[in-house]
Amino acid sequence: MEAFEYAAPNSVKEAVGLLSSNWGEADVLAGGTDLLSLLKEGVHTPKRVVSLKNVSGLKGVSASRIGATATIAELLGSSSVPAAVRQAAEGITSPQMRAMGTVGGELLQRPRCWYFRNGYGLLGKDAKGKSLAPNGENQYHAIIGNKGPAYFVSASSLAPALIALEATVTVTGPDGEDEMPLEKLFQTPSSDSQRENTLQPNQVLTGINLPGGGARSATYEVRQRQLMDWPLASASVALKMSGDTVESARVVLGHVAPTPWRSSDAESALAGKAVSEDTAMAAAKAALSAATPLSRNKHKVQLARVAVKRAILRAAG
Amino acid sequence: MATKYDWPSAADRSVIGRSVSRLDGAEKATGRAKYAYDRNPEGLLVGRLVTSPHANARITRIDASGAERLKGVRGVVLIKDIGDEVQWTGAEIAAIAADTEEIARDAVRKFKVEYEVLSHLVKEEDVEKAGNRVVPGQENTEGDPSKALQEADVTHEGYYGAATITHCCMEPHGNTVHWKGEKDITVWASTQAVGRIGADLAKNLAADPSLPKVSPSDIRVITPVMGGGFGSKFNIDSWGVAAAKLSRMTGRPVKIMLDRDEELQMAGARPSYFGNVKVGAKKDGTLTVFDVESWATSGVGRGGNPALPYVIEPPNQRVRHVNVATNTGPARAWRAPRHPQCAVITHCALTDLAHKLDMDPVDFFKKNADLTARPDVYRTEIDKAAELIDWKEKYHKPGEGSGHVRRGVGLSIHTWGGRPHDSQCRVVIEPDGSASAEIGSQDIGTGTRTVIAMVLAETLALPVSRVNVKMGDSSFPPSGASGGSTTVGGVSSSTRRAAVNALEKLKEKVAGDLGASSADEIEAKDGYLRLKENPKKRIAWTAACRKLSTETISEMGNQPDRDGGKLADSGVGGVQMADVSVDMETGIVTMNKMVAVQDCGLIIDLKLAESQVYGSLIMGICSALWEERVYDQMSGVYLNADMEFYKLAGIGDIGELVVHMMTGVYDDRGVIGLGEPPAISPMAAISNAVFNAIGARVPTVPVTPDKVLAALEKKGGMA
Repeated sequence: MEAFEYAAPNSVKEAVGLLSSNWGEADVLAGGTDLLSLLKEGVHTPKRVVSLKNVSGLKGVSASRIGATATIAELLGSSSVPAAVRQAAEGITSPQMRAMGTVGGELLQRPRCWYFRNGYGLLGKDAKGKSLAPNGENQYHAIIGNKGPAYFVSASSLAPALIALEATVTVTGPDGEDEMPLEKLFQTPSSDSQRENTLQPNQVLTGINLPGGGARSATYEVRQRQLMDWPLASASVALKMSGDTVESARVVLGHVAPTPWRSSDAESALAGKAVSEDTAMAAAKAALSAATPLSRNKHKVQLARVAVKRAILRAAG
Repeated sequence: MATKYDWPSAADRSVIGRSVSRLDGAEKATGRAKYAYDRNPEGLLVGRLVTSPHANARITRIDASGAERLKGVRGVVLIKDIGDEVQWTGAEIAAIAADTEEIARDAVRKFKVEYEVLSHLVKEEDVEKAGNRVVPGQENTEGDPSKALQEADVTHEGYYGAATITHCCMEPHGNTVHWKGEKDITVWASTQAVGRIGADLAKNLAADPSLPKVSPSDIRVITPVMGGGFGSKFNIDSWGVAAAKLSRMTGRPVKIMLDRDEELQMAGARPSYFGNVKVGAKKDGTLTVFDVESWATSGVGRGGNPALPYVIEPPNQRVRHVNVATNTGPARAWRAPRHPQCAVITHCALTDLAHKLDMDPVDFFKKNADLTARPDVYRTEIDKAAELIDWKEKYHKPGEGSGHVRRGVGLSIHTWGGRPHDSQCRVVIEPDGSASAEIGSQDIGTGTRTVIAMVLAETLALPVSRVNVKMGDSSFPPSGASGGSTTVGGVSSSTRRAAVNALEKLKEKVAGDLGASSADEIEAKDGYLRLKENPKKRIAWTAACRKLSTETISEMGNQPDRDGGKLADSGVGGVQMADVSVDMETGIVTMNKMVAVQDCGLIIDLKLAESQVYGSLIMGICSALWEERVYDQMSGVYLNADMEFYKLAGIGDIGELVVHMMTGVYDDRGVIGLGEPPAISPMAAISNAVFNAIGARVPTVPVTPDKVLAALEKKGGMA
C-alpha cells in the first residue's frame, strides 16, 4: 500500500474536518475489513485515513437505531433486530468479519467486482475505455439496472433488508447532520467521477434508524458455501399483513444490480393477496420481469427469483 | 526370500499400524515450528517481485533507477531482460531487496517496465477458437474403435471436462537465502525436495558468469517443516535464484515469499482437461470401446499426454489429444497429475453409459473391473464403499425423486503407483541410550517425521517417544524428492534397514553378557535386548547402550538395497462414493457424505494415513464444486487470484467424511505411497452423484449452479 497519514479524531465533527471534498484523498476507517484490502491492493490510495475508533456515540444497537460502527457481532447479539436484518447478518459467516466488520462499513463497502478489484476502476474499463464486464467474466455481475456503464453489483447484504424495513440513515458533513431514506444512499454511477453511493467525500455515515411498524420480514440468500461467501443473489421482504392478506409489501433484491434493487412490480403483485407458493412465485417473476442478463449470468435471474419467492414464504412463516 | 530386514508380522508389531498423532503437531499448532516464512536471520532483507501486467508482451525498456534511488533499497536483480517475452500476467521480471517489506513494495511500484504488447489467448475450453494455439499431442489407437462402436449394443456420446485449478498451498512458495561466504550458502526453503534444491540453485547460478562458482555441496538446504506443496514445490524457482543473487550482492540474508495472489498466478496450476467421448458396450454391460478427442492447457508450454481411458481399458480404444498453448500461469504437478481430470472424463462417460444400459453403476463398474489391472481389489473396495455409503438404500434411477431438493449418489475408481524413491538413512545409537534417524528427506505436512520415528521405534523395540528423527536438512544422508507418493516407501525402507543394522551392532556388544554366541540369538523386545530362546536372559536398552562406553553406533540403510528384501511396493486401487443434495431451483449442490476406501499396502501410522485421505477428499470436494481459475480474455488478467472468488471449502461445506483403509488385506506387499491416490476420485464421484440426483449431466467440474440449471433446462426442467 501507499504511505498515508493516519488520524483518529474524537468526534464526528473533527472527522468531517479531516476528510476532503474530493474522492480519493481521504478514506474513513471503521472495521477495516474492506478498506485494508483496498489499500493493500492499491485500489484505494488515499493521502489520509481517518479512523472512527475514538468517536463515541456511533456504536450501539436498539430497536430504533443501529450505530454506524456497531459490529456485525453486536447486531447479531441484539434481540431487537428485525428478522430480515438478522437473517442477512447471519449470512456474514466469517467470525473475523463479524467481530471487526461494522454495519456502516457493510453498507458502504466497495463492490466486489473483480474488474474493480483488479484495478480497472469502478466501471471496469480497459486502457482504451472499453467496458470489460459485458463481454467478459460477468457471472457475478448485474442482471438488472445494467444498461451500463455500471455492471457491478451492490455488495451489501444488510441494505436490502434495511430498505425493506424503511430504514433511514443519518449522515454528517460540513453542513451538519442530514437524514434520508437508506434507499437514497445508493446510486448507479453514470461516470468515473461518481461512486455507488450518494455520500459526499466529506460526509460520515453515523447511524441507521428503523421506524418499527411491525412488518413481518425475512431475507433469503442463494449462496454456494457456508464459509464466508458472497450471495449469488438475495432478497429481503417486509410484509404488512391484515389477517392473512398482504396489505402492503416491500421487496428489495441484493447482489443483482449496482444498487439494492427495490421491485415495485413485486410489491404490487403481493398487495391484497394471501401469501402462497403461487403468489410468492408470481411476485418473484414480477420482480425479475425487467431483468436483462449479460452473456454469462442468465442463471442469476432464476437465482434471484428463488430468493424473492423464498424470502416471501419465509416472512409469511 | 526372507531377509532380516523384513517387516515384522502383524502379531509382532507393537508400533507399526497404530494411530500415532504427528510428533510435531503441538509445535505447529503453537507456532513454534519454524517454516521458511518464519526465518528472520540477523540483518534480513525482504525481497519483492516486479511482475508483468500483460498476458503476452515483449519487454522494450527497463528503468530500475526510481526503485534503486529509494532509501532502504539494497539490491535489484533482473529475472527477465529487454527483448525477453513475458507470457502471462504475473510473470516474474525482477526482484528487489530492501530493509523492510514496505520499502520493497514501494520500490516495486517505482520500477518501470515498458512493453510491446502482443496478442494473447487465455481460454481453451472452446477449442474451436484456439486457432494456431493448438499443438498436436498424443494419438493412439488399439483394436478397431470405429467397428466396435458400430457393433456395440449400446453407445453413448458426451462432453466432459475439468477446469484448471491451482495448488493453494497453505504456506506460499519461497525461500530465505543467505550467501555468507564464497562457498557457503544456506537456503531455508519451502520445498518438497531438500536434496534437489542445492543442485538446482547451483545450476541456475552457474548461468551467471559474474558469480563465483558454487557446487551443490556448498549449499545447505533446511526445511524442518513445510506448509504443503502438492507437486508444485520441487524447484528453487526464479524467486529463489533472485534471493540468492540479492544475498550475494548485499552480503545479507534475503527472504522472498510469494503473496497469495502471486502464489495463485505464478507458482503452478493443474491443467484443465476436456474431451468429447464415445463409448460402447454389450447388452450385458461389458465395455467394448472408448474413443476420445481431448484437449488441455498447461499454459504456454506443452502439456503431458492424458491418462485416457482411465483405469478401465476396453480392447478397442482411440485417443486423439491436443494441447492448447495459452497465456496463463504454467502447469506444475498436482496430486496425481492428469488422473483426477481423466477420471472425470472416463468415469462420468461410463456412468452415463451405465444409465443407457439401465444398469446400476455399482454393477457396471464391478462387471468391468475385469478390464482393470486389479479386478479383485476394485470389486472388494466397491462392495465396501457401497456398504459404508448405504448405496443400495440411496441409489435410484437418475433423476427419480420429487421436491425441490434431490439426493443422489455417485462413484469413481482410481489407481496410482506409489513406488519407493531412493533414500538413505543413518541410525545413530549413543551410549546414553538415545537413538536417532538422520535423513535428508522432508516432511511436507504428510507426517513423514512421525512415520520414520515409528519405524525406528518398532525396530529398536522402544516407545516412539524415546527415538529422535533429524530430517529436513541437506547435511543428512540424501533422500528423494517428495513427489508421486514415493516418500513413505522410500524412507520407511531406508530407516528400517539402518535401524536393523544399528541394532545388530548393539546386539553384538551385549552378546557376551547375555551368553549368546552371535547377534542372531538376540532380539529386541519391549525396551530390552534378550535371548530369543530364553527371554528371561535380558538387558535393558539403556544398560545395553552404556556398554558402548565412548563408542557411537552409526549405521546406514539404503533404498533400494539388492540384499535388503522387499519392504515397499507400487500400485494401488481405491474407490470413492459421494452422496449429495441438489437444490433443483438454484442448482446449489450440498455435500452430505463421502466415502473413501483405499489400499496402500502396509500402513505405518493409521491416523496419518487416514488424515491423508481426509485431506484429499476436502481438496477434491473444492475442485468438484467451486474451485476454478478464471482468466479474462479481453484483459488477459487472472481475475480471481485471491481467496474470495477462488473458492475453497470451509468446515461447514464438506459434509460427513468416512475413510476406510484396507488394513490387514494387502500388508504383505509392504509400504506403498498414499499422497496421490485418494485425491483422484472426488470430482468424478461428486459429478456422478449430481447426475444421479438430477438426471442430467453437468459436463464439466466444478459443478456450479449456472451449469446445473443449464443442464436441467436442457433436459426440460425439474421433472
